[in-house]
Amino acid sequence: MLRQALLYLMSGNEAIAHAVMDADVDVVAAYPITPQTTIVEKLSEYTSSGMLDAEFVPVESEHSALSVCVGASLTGARVFTATSSQGLALMHEILYIASGLRAPIVMAIANRALSAPINIHGDHSDVMGSRDAGWIQLFAENPQQAYDFTLMAYRVAEDNRVMLPVAVNVDGFTVSHCYEGVRVLGKEDAQAFLPRTPRPRLEYDTPITVGAMFSPTHYHVVKTEQAKALESSLNVVKEVFRSYPLREEGYDVVHVVNRSSPVMVVGLGGVMGTFRHLGRRMNVGVASLRLYRPFPAADLLPSLREAELIVVLDRAYSPGAPAPPLATDIKTLLHTAGLQTPVWSVVCGLGGHEIRLSMAEKLLQKALEAAREGAGANISFYLGEEVNRP
Amino acid sequence: MITRLDQLPAKEAISPGHNACAGCGALIAVRQILLAAPRPLIVVNATGCLEVVTTPYPYTAWNVPWLHVAFENAAAAASGVEAALKVLERKGLGRRHNIIVFAGDGGTFDIGLQSLSGALERGHRLLFVCYDNEAYMNTGVQRSAATPPGAWSSTTPAGKQETKKDIMSIVVAHGVKYAATATPFFWKDLVNKVAKAFTFDGPTFLHVYAPCPRGWYTESDKTIQLSKLAVETRYFPLYEVENGRYKINYFVARPKPLEEFLKIQNRYRTLLRPENAELLQRLKQEVEERWKRLEALSQQREAPSSTHLVS
Repeated sequence: MLRQALLYLMSGNEAIAHAVMDADVDVVAAYPITPQTTIVEKLSEYTSSGMLDAEFVPVESEHSALSVCVGASLTGARVFTATSSQGLALMHEILYIASGLRAPIVMAIANRALSAPINIHGDHSDVMGSRDAGWIQLFAENPQQAYDFTLMAYRVAEDNRVMLPVAVNVDGFTVSHCYEGVRVLGKEDAQAFLPRTPRPRLEYDTPITVGAMFSPTHYHVVKTEQAKALESSLNVVKEVFRSYPLREEGYDVVHVVNRSSPVMVVGLGGVMGTFRHLGRRMNVGVASLRLYRPFPAADLLPSLREAELIVVLDRAYSPGAPAPPLATDIKTLLHTAGLQTPVWSVVCGLGGHEIRLSMAEKLLQKALEAAREGAGANISFYLGEEVNRP
Repeated sequence: MITRLDQLPAKEAISPGHNACAGCGALIAVRQILLAAPRPLIVVNATGCLEVVTTPYPYTAWNVPWLHVAFENAAAAASGVEAALKVLERKGLGRRHNIIVFAGDGGTFDIGLQSLSGALERGHRLLFVCYDNEAYMNTGVQRSAATPPGAWSSTTPAGKQETKKDIMSIVVAHGVKYAATATPFFWKDLVNKVAKAFTFDGPTFLHVYAPCPRGWYTESDKTIQLSKLAVETRYFPLYEVENGRYKINYFVARPKPLEEFLKIQNRYRTLLRPENAELLQRLKQEVEERWKRLEALSQQREAPSSTHLVS
């Protein structure tokens, strides 16, 4: 029986810290970086005041932050770290080891642009560089989701069918520092939702060897198993999203409005709220991915089938690639489904570049026009540039 | 104080049948250290020879829990293990262990220095053991910051021109409660230092000189002799620093000529040629200065009784 959920005014970062406290996390290791810093500031406050019984390890780098988390997680602890941008890039090597050693770590990423040129504001360049590291990737659009997804991340990561690290992404500043009313479960209900399940760990009485050397004969077996585990974690994520106690209807891994519109906009993160607002007014379909890895192809596909034009929003480039990251995924999905729907690949909001309502509205108008005229061309441009249809 | 083999407290933690080269000084040292380490025990290993030769999947030589994460972060991974056990014990979900980190000189002096520094500064209770064989042996004998002047390596074909980094001073500068040097020939000194290290509540450090027949181009039956000569020539002094106080554990009153130590290692063949006399002189000078500095720091001038250290 769920007790009355309490409502607090919190930023996205505070909501994440609150979820970590409610999850009774054992070890927090982190290094300061904007715009993540306020998460770990809050957590050090919680640990020093005794609100959270955890070891706070103030490491000397993000590389060590994740290394501490790997060591602690494989010792049986529930762990947390948070980072952004350059910090995530510095962790890169250990991201693959965390997933390869099947450490159920939860990390928040306050998404931020990568240097150079240096810039502290939001985009998805950081996480897109890590998308093949074998982590489950969630994208929260607002502080409430930041809280909810962080709690659910532990449930997913520690599920014996999964045993993989999970990243909870929030847009730097626009979500991480944005204040909203957030309903929280509270410790008791959160811990009932997150029972501690036994797993192999470093303990003298039952010695295990973790991180051994693998020859070509065995390496591919482990990596294939790991890839399959990530793929099939989709069902666990959906199960957990559906059963989340704070929302009667649970969460969908893909959230869609106006499913039958001729134009469907697909994207990730906080900016989807802007597009949903316009989409409702202009009768444009908007599909937001709350889960990016594993890619929820089957959940997204029905929303794409009817569309005459698909607009994919990416907040990152993939220089030299056929398309930016999300557009590549969407085009692959369409091809696999035998669809030849034209795709507008739109890169937007780099380095915190504001995505104004007027810019988004103009984009949707042009897209509706194009769909009406049946102009089926694949084009790509940066949001704010003139849209030049062939 | 352990003075006889049958006083070593622990059972074997590392099995025979691993893939180390014949005469590997690192494996001898590791075996001795593990025999002396108090239980319960967890080992964290940096990438390197020790990790590679002991864990060729599906085999493992380890009879104790063992973790390898990466090359440069063994001290950080071990910090995580330590922090986890502290809080899990508090919550009744686990218990504290003794933690040993093994890293080579590359994983300590070079790429691992930052995470080591962080762990020392934060004060985690663990023993960090650097097995120093003075080059990157696992990748085929490339120079490291621990390679001494004059030594051949595959990236110093004319002999290294730079000095060997003083890792002990760097560690001591962190204010650790206990740091010591050791080498397998002086096994009583080594095992007692391991036992002593675990009496401190905080990070401790052991710099172990571990001859490498493959990388030094020496005969595999010379490992123990090299370990002995390194000390007797004052090349690798045995000392400890306890709460900032230096003590030479084996006072070498009359050092053997350094050439005795160098001439049985083919990595010094070039150095010992007449045209390299100047570089050889520099190495000798470094060895002498290192000893004099230790004498000054420890305020030791005469030989105290060190007989218990000799097997």
